[in-house]
Amino acid sequence: MKNAIIIGAGSTIASCVIDKLAAKDFNIYLLARDSEALLEKQQDLNVKYPNANIFIQAFDVLANSMDQITEKINICFDTLGTVEVVLIAYGTLPNQKLCENDLKEESSALRINGVSVLEICHHVANKLQLQKSGTLAVITSVAGLRGRQSNYIYGAAKSMVNIYLQGLRNRVNQYGVQVLTVMPGFVDTKMTAEFKKGLLWAKPGKVADDIVNAIFKKKDIIYTPWFWRYIMLIIKSIPESIFKKMKL
Amino acid sequence: MSHEYLSWGRINNATSMLDYAPISRNKNLDFADVNRILTYGNGRSYGDVCLSDQASIINSRFLNKFIHFDRKDGILTCEAGITLQEILKLIVPTGWFLSVTPGTQYVTLGGAIANDVHGKNHHAVGSFGCFVEEFELCLSSNERLICSKAQNANYFFATIGGLGLTGWIVWAKIRLLPICNPNMVTNSYKFANLDEYFALNTELAANNDYTVAWIDCLSSGAKLGRGIYFTGAHAGYQEELIQPKASHLGMPIYLPVSLINRYSLQIFNFLYYNRRQSSAPVMQHYEPFFYPLDAINNWNRLYGQKGFYQYQFVIPFTNAREVIAEVLKHISKRKMGSFLAVLKTMGDIGSGGLLSFARPGVTLALDFANQGNKTIELFRILDQIVLEAGGAIYPAKDACMSPELFMRGYPNLDKFKLLKDPKFSSNFWRRVVGE
Repeated sequence: MKNAIIIGAGSTIASCVIDKLAAKDFNIYLLARDSEALLEKQQDLNVKYPNANIFIQAFDVLANSMDQITEKINICFDTLGTVEVVLIAYGTLPNQKLCENDLKEESSALRINGVSVLEICHHVANKLQLQKSGTLAVITSVAGLRGRQSNYIYGAAKSMVNIYLQGLRNRVNQYGVQVLTVMPGFVDTKMTAEFKKGLLWAKPGKVADDIVNAIFKKKDIIYTPWFWRYIMLIIKSIPESIFKKMKL
Repeated sequence: MSHEYLSWGRINNATSMLDYAPISRNKNLDFADVNRILTYGNGRSYGDVCLSDQASIINSRFLNKFIHFDRKDGILTCEAGITLQEILKLIVPTGWFLSVTPGTQYVTLGGAIANDVHGKNHHAVGSFGCFVEEFELCLSSNERLICSKAQNANYFFATIGGLGLTGWIVWAKIRLLPICNPNMVTNSYKFANLDEYFALNTELAANNDYTVAWIDCLSSGAKLGRGIYFTGAHAGYQEELIQPKASHLGMPIYLPVSLINRYSLQIFNFLYYNRRQSSAPVMQHYEPFFYPLDAINNWNRLYGQKGFYQYQFVIPFTNAREVIAEVLKHISKRKMGSFLAVLKTMGDIGSGGLLSFARPGVTLALDFANQGNKTIELFRILDQIVLEAGGAIYPAKDACMSPELFMRGYPNLDKFKLLKDPKFSSNFWRRVVGE
């Protein structure tokens, strides 16, 4: 049996990935903010995959200190042994307007979606490097590829994670550790429940399929669904002098 | 932020005030400042029972987790936002099946309870509600009730078939049916007119677990009500199991006009009625038998931009043949109706649901492309026939019935009103009953 740790197990995309890994006979350690939801997910997995061992721990990147979070991650590694997959999937969609008027809101959005992710990556990467194996997969966003007025706080945090992962990949490659940057476009999840969905929106199950495939195929960066690579290519190629006048 | 919701017929829509995306079944939602609430599952009811304008909508699909599965006794507990398809994927390989299933597996468990859905085995076992052991109902006061026949029985029977108006069904426990494998043994029999149908039905319904008939709603005269009668039973031991065919068919977009019109319908019905019939029993996977339309993703888009109505009613056995004949005459005369015309007799096992549609008698379900007033006028004629026959229309399919028809078809309405949650309301409810 193989082992995985999912940090942010409450995310809709993560929830689908968890099922796909459990179906492949993984033992899984789930970390999420809401302990009730965690317990319910564990029950669900026990019904569907009676042979898989599912462990749970609550964590909160705002309420817990980094030492506490490090300790929680250590417990996961100690319980599971060699860990093949670590997925970081948590995040919030900050209210851009609120952030513009409230620095505290902005800082906490940056902490949740950016800095805390790097701190967890720091610790997980060192663990995997010691193991000389494993995959660190992190869900970032295409929003991190260009700053837009409607969403640049979130974008900035995701962009920071993108660059960090690039460097980390470069560093741990020699130890046989895979670093996977997952860049989804619009996905129909709890985080985006309030948005009107159109043609560009993907189902979380599809995104989860892409993530699991990319993990097993040892990819570096994926866009999911695939067409976002080309949408972002276009968006990135617009000259700044024009882009600054656009309402995006 | 508000959000637009559609139902399956694509005619009715509603804009919400607020959307709840619950993350845990044990967490209360904040109903304090809202006036109107409704749970929305997978949006597979046809008209407006699943819609509520200016309401706070609980998106139940976010709660689709299993809670417990007693594999030995076939008792399954899960969150009500789970679909029947998700349930079947778990239970079929372990030798269990849904005791009752409607014609699509894409409805949620909560929706199946709230509409007390029925299936091809109604004549033998009753409706979905007959197999619900218990469920949790969350009222707008955030009080939570465990409901069963023994506990909060009044809420139990009001909620089964209660159109989601007694509160939020959070989770439910259902009793399953043991099977040997996913296969069905099926037979089909042609009948040349309604008389032949009723003769065939007397014989076949008595000996078969699952029965249903397709009717050519365009035929008239001596051929009025001709069609094909299907029976099915869960198969026993098989030397070789049939795999379901993966379907990639779908309607990615909806066209400006309906693909279903009197011409395409005439061709389809002719070919379907005259297709080669096997006189020997046919082995089939359960999916094409129970869910033939699920094979075409978004088949509702076949009807084009204007959408479609479904009209389903039930009438008592007395004079059923004459009443059905009259209904079919009106439809064939206008060359309306569609390839989906389903006739079935229902039995006398009831779930006890106060507003349950299923009852002893004959039920006919028909799709109609939305042709505006022309369609509504036909419905008014059919409504009158149903009313006079002492029948009822199925709210899960309805978008047009009058308050009078609802009141007459659902004699327990007054009892139900006492148990309806003051804040839960739908466009359907306000249309046929009022605020």
